[in-house]
Amino acid sequence: MVLKAKGMTTNGAKMTYLSKTLILCAGLALAACTNPNRFDDGGGAGLGGAGGLAGSAQDPTSAAYFQQAIGDRVLFAVDQSTLSSEAQATLEGQAQWLMTNRDFTAVIEGHADEQGTREYNLALGARRANAVQEYLISRGVSGNRLRVVSYGKERPIEICSDESCYQKNRRAVTVLAAGLGS
Amino acid sequence: MMRTILSLLAALMLWAMPALAQSSGPLRIEITEGVIEPMPYAVPDFVADGAAGAEFGRNIARVIASDLSGTGLFREIPAQAHIGRITSFDSPVQFADWRAVNAQALITGAVSIDGSGRLVVRFRIYDVFAGQELGSGLQFVGTQDGWRRMAHKVADQVYSRITGEGGYFDSRVVFVAESGPKDQRAKRLALMDYDGANLSYLTDSSSIVLAPRFSPTGDRVIYTSYETGFPQIYVLDVASVGRRALPTPEGTMSFAPRFAPDGRSLVYSLTQGGNTDIYRMDIASGTSTRLTTAPSIETAPSFSPDGSQIVFESDRSGTPQLYIMSAGGGDARRISAGQGRYGTPVWSPRGDLIAFTKQSKGRFHIGVMRLDGSEERLLTASFLDEGPTWAPNGRVIMFTRETQGAGGQAGLYSVDISGRNLKQVPTGTGASDPSWSPLQN
Repeated sequence: MVLKAKGMTTNGAKMTYLSKTLILCAGLALAACTNPNRFDDGGGAGLGGAGGLAGSAQDPTSAAYFQQAIGDRVLFAVDQSTLSSEAQATLEGQAQWLMTNRDFTAVIEGHADEQGTREYNLALGARRANAVQEYLISRGVSGNRLRVVSYGKERPIEICSDESCYQKNRRAVTVLAAGLGS
Repeated sequence: MMRTILSLLAALMLWAMPALAQSSGPLRIEITEGVIEPMPYAVPDFVADGAAGAEFGRNIARVIASDLSGTGLFREIPAQAHIGRITSFDSPVQFADWRAVNAQALITGAVSIDGSGRLVVRFRIYDVFAGQELGSGLQFVGTQDGWRRMAHKVADQVYSRITGEGGYFDSRVVFVAESGPKDQRAKRLALMDYDGANLSYLTDSSSIVLAPRFSPTGDRVIYTSYETGFPQIYVLDVASVGRRALPTPEGTMSFAPRFAPDGRSLVYSLTQGGNTDIYRMDIASGTSTRLTTAPSIETAPSFSPDGSQIVFESDRSGTPQLYIMSAGGGDARRISAGQGRYGTPVWSPRGDLIAFTKQSKGRFHIGVMRLDGSEERLLTASFLDEGPTWAPNGRVIMFTRETQGAGGQAGLYSVDISGRNLKQVPTGTGASDPSWSPLQN
């Protein structure tokens, strides 16, 4: 399976990895796939919008539920990859969900804020993604369902140059996919 | 001791080299209170032998002037101030006319089209106040669409003969062309002349591409691409634009590549299990050797020009700092000693300095230091400066500067290693991660 990363806008979904997920989902034509549209300015929570949510957040087996109710991301302190107690609680939920919904695999994306060199941030993002992967594995999720990737500072979700944005960019996001690696 | 102070002092020492000293030394840059007075020169339009060369004659002179004045070391006496006229390349120069307008150096030339349709450029450089030619006249022959390169070659000769340093004008820069907003920035590899001319693209922007690096001969570029969804190193042939991924183990990420001086191997960072270390790969066989084994981040390796050592970045001390180790790995010694965080070290092609990115008190700097970390000099300061690359002569550094805020854009800048002559390099689009080629043949 080759993931084609296209740095394009897809129905307002801004992120490369979202586009990637969409392409993967389209290729597999799985109902469980989702276009979370979580950065959509419209904030549309309903079904059936452009690129519509295939799974409802009301459905605890859906990716939308994972993303919105469980929480798909954890945040980190400057230069750190250690998991806060809040992050660990989120990852507990992720692990339980992944143990229940075994059709899903995940790519864990590590990110950094823009304060740092490109190379260092790539390595730092990898540390963060790895910390999440190790935690999920320690809670019983099979390692062969998880892959990690670092985007360094290449894909911020918040674009201001203040700590208010930086703290949201220092993140690791568990992006669900179906059948990756199978 | 002069060599240890400012960049240009070394160059200036060379102005007094024997050949020039014997000519009673009128060609000399004077330093007054630490400020260099640029040398005035004139470069009249090159004489066109036959109508076909007229436009070339003017354009070539303009590119030469742009190169020379762009260094900040030379100041052109504009054509409207000229008293003398060069109407024939081979007639004797009336030096009094050029002394009268205070042109210390005079560059004359002629262009013609030969029987095969090739452009022929001849030139001479004069020391006006000594009333004699500086070195011998030369002739370049090339295709007509290569006229800019021929102009750069003339300018390189002028620069070299007057400063005693190698030139850098006939060179290219590979970089990442950027477009779109910060959170969905599209990136593709681009190639241009050092002055921004002849822009072309080497990849499309369907995947993120990062940090291209020229091979020692400029024939290939290595870079990081997310083509597979994961960062991996590719090698691209500049002439054919053909590319291939270099082999790395499944489930790893690889980035921050740089060629060894032999062009046959590279150093790079490989991340496995969250830990990033430095490896060396033989390009032909694809075999990698691990050079560092620390649990900390080791990245941004760069070879010394003789290939015997590697400078790199590591946070083994708790913050990112610069270290030098043998090209075979093993013990490393820390060289950065100041307050702050150091990254992306790049060894000067002259071997004498390390350029680096420094982050301190919320600002970014491009700086240089000696191999033992002494005499650190910060050349720039801004919200975000990073990723230095050296001009072929080791006297100028190009780097990425990104502006602050939601509308932040990246661009390329260059600065002398003295900290003088900071200026933006025209790229026509957002630009980052420059890599300066060697001088072209």
